[in-house]
Amino acid sequence: MSAAPDSPARRKLALSPAMIIAPLVVIALMLVRRWLFLPEDLVLLIGAALLFAFGGFVLGKLVGLPDRWIVIAVPMLWLFVFFLVPFFVLGRISLAETMIARPPYSPLWERGDDGGIEIIASLENYRFLLSDALYVNAYLSSLKIAGISTIFALLIGYPIAYYIARSPEPRRSILLLLVILPFWTSFLLRVYAWIGFLRREGVINNVLTWAGIIDEPLVMMQTDFAVYIGIVYTYLPFMILPLYANLVKLDGALLEAASDLGASPVTTFLTVTLPLSVPGIIAGSMLVFIPAIGEYVIPALLGGPDTLMIGRILWDEFFSARDWPVASAVAIVMLVLVVLPIMWLQSVQNRQEVQE
Amino acid sequence: MRRGWFLPLFATLGFGFLYAPIVSLIVFSFNESRLVTVWGGFSTRWYGELISDGQLLEAAWVSLKIATISASLAVVIGTLAAFVLTRFARFRGKLLLTGMVTAPLVMPEVIIGLSLLLLFVAMEGMLGWPAGRGMTTVIIAHSTFCAAYVAVIAQSRLRDMDESLEEAARDLGAGPVRVFFDITLPVIAPALVSGWLLAFTLSLDDLVIASFVSGPGASTLPMVIFSKVRLGVSPDVNALATIIIGIVALAVTVAGILLMRQTRRAR
Repeated sequence: MSAAPDSPARRKLALSPAMIIAPLVVIALMLVRRWLFLPEDLVLLIGAALLFAFGGFVLGKLVGLPDRWIVIAVPMLWLFVFFLVPFFVLGRISLAETMIARPPYSPLWERGDDGGIEIIASLENYRFLLSDALYVNAYLSSLKIAGISTIFALLIGYPIAYYIARSPEPRRSILLLLVILPFWTSFLLRVYAWIGFLRREGVINNVLTWAGIIDEPLVMMQTDFAVYIGIVYTYLPFMILPLYANLVKLDGALLEAASDLGASPVTTFLTVTLPLSVPGIIAGSMLVFIPAIGEYVIPALLGGPDTLMIGRILWDEFFSARDWPVASAVAIVMLVLVVLPIMWLQSVQNRQEVQE
Repeated sequence: MRRGWFLPLFATLGFGFLYAPIVSLIVFSFNESRLVTVWGGFSTRWYGELISDGQLLEAAWVSLKIATISASLAVVIGTLAAFVLTRFARFRGKLLLTGMVTAPLVMPEVIIGLSLLLLFVAMEGMLGWPAGRGMTTVIIAHSTFCAAYVAVIAQSRLRDMDESLEEAARDLGAGPVRVFFDITLPVIAPALVSGWLLAFTLSLDDLVIASFVSGPGASTLPMVIFSKVRLGVSPDVNALATIIIGIVALAVTVAGILLMRQTRRAR
């Protein structure tokens, strides 16, 4: 092959597919915008992002920056503006006061009488959270509900995952598909399905009354029990999948060796299978516990008025009470007490895995 | 490991637990009676009502648009982030980017929603953009948190792939952009497709974040369903659920069959 390599100068200006595709995307969006009723500022935003990317690329070439700077800058800038900066805004508004205004909080600074700038910030909202037992209880109760739900999801999910992992091949794939399938359907509708089940005139009460087991319908809706059921039900696939992924790798020879040496199935399970599946147990429990803590939909639909969960408190504080600063303070406390420890735990875990 | 009856029985009960509510949802969507859980004879009237419910159809259309655009944006941002994190050994802010990519996965939705809304309000006050909230703000929110999920999937694929392919292309004189589009992208494409599908589903499914950052005229399907469901059971929601479950079951089955055939061929 003697194709002359591109000279460096030509390679610099060579049109990459992206350079052609990207402007086409903007033009196409502009054309279909009216027809699809897409908002104009969205198209402008995407256009601006592309302009930034290509402008930055060309500019970087001219200035002599390495090509990669723009590849780093695009995702970094997007996530910085739309993920990290919001937390600073959150923190700042948690220090403001509620006001009847648009937006409903006090400004962070004001011009003082002497022309200087006065910064207005108070920890009043945090003091309020501490003084009202409602908030402390809500944090504790969220941890409790998420914890108990995780344990039940583990108890139910483990045997199912084990059964799937031990099944012969065609059945295994089908069962796995059956576990994943509910995940792709709407979360909200799966919670809704339980209303029909747990109601006073619901399926469970109808069946039990018909069978003559109960005379009076059981009260299940709007109780903590319903919330536990809802969380375990919706997050069960998240428990089963990592457990399955772990258990399917389990070497059958180990189990055989144990039973050849005279261990009973229970002993084999407790001394071989269970210890080896600890990583799967941790992964699955995290996947259930973490989203369960901040859960809003399940306590709102299935729980009673006294089901305290912090996600619901935050929601009500924001939407019903329209108290943005207190809602922000609730969020900041949740971030510090719940999210940061989890992230720290995960990074420790990752580091351990890397070391191994 | 023949332990007899316990595991099969338990697994059957477990799958019963997973599917009983879904089955009852479907059965009662064909119920004549308005009382969702009392059988009043077979009928498809709720499907008729569903089709004539303009608000619901409008919301479904809005949701589909939001999910399509958000998933596409999320794939672009997520892939770039994953590429940068796996291929560039060291750069300023790598730790920050790692954190920003992994944090959305453990962040409660209420916090993401509230903080983004406050950002939009503050930006509107200072820059005049975004003017009010609506589809654009929902798309920004969804593409941001979905990008994290895409990045996780893309990262694991990028780590697994054979880097010598990229090296070979570089040795043959291809520039970095060319290598990315001719070698890396085709290799990781399947992961990006599943990332797109995941992002699409997450966006279509999201109630909490959308409720915070959406505005008038941009109610998503989950928002409309939630406001209906909050008032109690309603049979047209059952009908809608049945349609959604039908579409998903069909798609998953087709995907499953294709996947099985592929693995069989690979063997």
